[in-house]
Amino acid sequence: MPGRRSLFVLGMLAFGFAFLYVPILAMIAYSFNASRLVTVWDSANSPTLGWYVELLHNSQVLDAARLSLRIASVNATGAVILGTLAAFALERYRRFRGRALFGLLTTAPMVLPEVITGLSLLLLFVALEQTIGWPSGRGATTITIAHMTFSMAYAIVVIQARLATVDRSLEDAAMDLGARPWKVFLVITLPLIAPAIASAWVLAFILSWDDIVITSFVSGPGSTTLPQLVFSKVRLGVSPDINALASILVLIVTVVVVAAGTYMARRDRRRLREAQAAVAAS
Amino acid sequence: MNAAGALAARLQRRAVAARPALGRRLVIALPYLWLAVFFLAPFLIVLKIAFSNVQLSMPPVEPVFSWAADQVVQIRLHLSNFSFVFGDQLYVAAFLNSLQVAGVSTLLALLIGYPMAYGIARAPGTWRNILFLLVVLPFFTSFLLRVYAWMGLLGRSGLVNGLLLKLGLVHEPLQLLQTDFAVYLGMVYSYLPFMVLPLYSAIEKLDLTLLEAAADLGCRPTKAFFTITLPLTREGIFAGCLLVFIPAVGEYVIPALLGGPDTLMIGRVVWDEFFANRDWPVASALAIVLLAVLSGFVLLLQRVQAQEREA
Repeated sequence: MPGRRSLFVLGMLAFGFAFLYVPILAMIAYSFNASRLVTVWDSANSPTLGWYVELLHNSQVLDAARLSLRIASVNATGAVILGTLAAFALERYRRFRGRALFGLLTTAPMVLPEVITGLSLLLLFVALEQTIGWPSGRGATTITIAHMTFSMAYAIVVIQARLATVDRSLEDAAMDLGARPWKVFLVITLPLIAPAIASAWVLAFILSWDDIVITSFVSGPGSTTLPQLVFSKVRLGVSPDINALASILVLIVTVVVVAAGTYMARRDRRRLREAQAAVAAS
Repeated sequence: MNAAGALAARLQRRAVAARPALGRRLVIALPYLWLAVFFLAPFLIVLKIAFSNVQLSMPPVEPVFSWAADQVVQIRLHLSNFSFVFGDQLYVAAFLNSLQVAGVSTLLALLIGYPMAYGIARAPGTWRNILFLLVVLPFFTSFLLRVYAWMGLLGRSGLVNGLLLKLGLVHEPLQLLQTDFAVYLGMVYSYLPFMVLPLYSAIEKLDLTLLEAAADLGCRPTKAFFTITLPLTREGIFAGCLLVFIPAVGEYVIPALLGGPDTLMIGRVVWDEFFANRDWPVASALAIVLLAVLSGFVLLLQRVQAQEREA
């Protein structure tokens, strides 16, 4: 029923998605432009992969990418471990002392402006160094700690949502049959929430891989992450090699997210089919 | 059964009961401790530094607590930073302007986001998944790079100006970059997914039979939307607005890259006080005031989300 109202909704959908995607697509298109003047299309020599080839020989970019990769993976692993514990505490232990504060502490890092979080973490690191001598200076370690603190909050949301849908009777049954709580968690709960843990890991990885404001506060000389490098270049204006770098990063994220999405959709369909088959057989 | 046996049985029961309690305590304590040390404690330090004074040293602040002679701890609290922050027109203007930019951007994001979320939630099965993925995807794509993408579009020789010139709508390129317009655009663009996601989950949960009943009783679709759909998705609207508004108030990257030199936003002022002026106490005082302004909204968000979870 393509009435007036659904035409309006369709129009807004088209507008919204165009708004979201045109800038990114334009950026990707211009990364194949041979001209150094970013927005002047050099039709004689374009499209070219020149800027991409140049990137691969830029050791500054490669070093920064390597550092970002290392920080992001350590961060994602730590954030997922802490996030799983916290999600479990929030979802399964309805009542404990300080629960309200705990809830606040797990929500606030997601929304508080990054300048506040960054500034406060830096002041903490400085104070800690003065009193106990750790961390000596700032670099990859302090960046990782800072990233874990805010990406953990996102991990909690994802894992808690999944945990809420887990059928508690499975855990109760295992418990009645004499399994210890940690065994119940490893054998029953963990496999059931594994997809959420995987998405939380990817999310935490990307949040860290991407972060610029908090990183700028807690990083030190000699530890330049990829976003920091990009930011210092971008402040000087648009440049074609940044277009190329941005396109690669966008492409990687797209492939990962689309692959994860299709995998999950397919698994859900398979599960539905199996459930239907089971019902039909009984 | 003798007394010793009863005691042994009781002790064993207690031991069994105590073991999960220990695990439980650890499950709570580990993340709690982490957040207390790396998220809560830092604010106390910011508060302390906000009452300090600049001094040429590393760190560039005077100690607040110091050992005076004869086992006396001397505490010197300088209130000057706060009187400076509230007394200076620049800072007050930056705060007000940030609230305005964040408020208007939130409203615009809601106006664009609601029909989008509605369209996605009402789309047929496969389409819904694809559209949902398309909304999530920019969220995963670098914030910095998405803002950067607009720099390419809005520049004097950018795509937008090129198009306007070609269409003959303007005769010379417009100054689009480094304007407040670009800041609003960047805000709405960057935070739109934060608005759409909670709206989508609220609209999707809506019981469609209510709308059918309304239609059966002769209610016009527009009226049904305003009397049924909109009130029932109120929580999604609140959550979406808060998720956009709170971080937008303190936004740094967007005004720094898309705004002009006169775009006053508090996140940028904190950044400049800290990095350019190396005035840690004033930066801290500004952060404390910003935190105080936003804490009410954060508490509200937490309550909305808790309600949503229970529903």
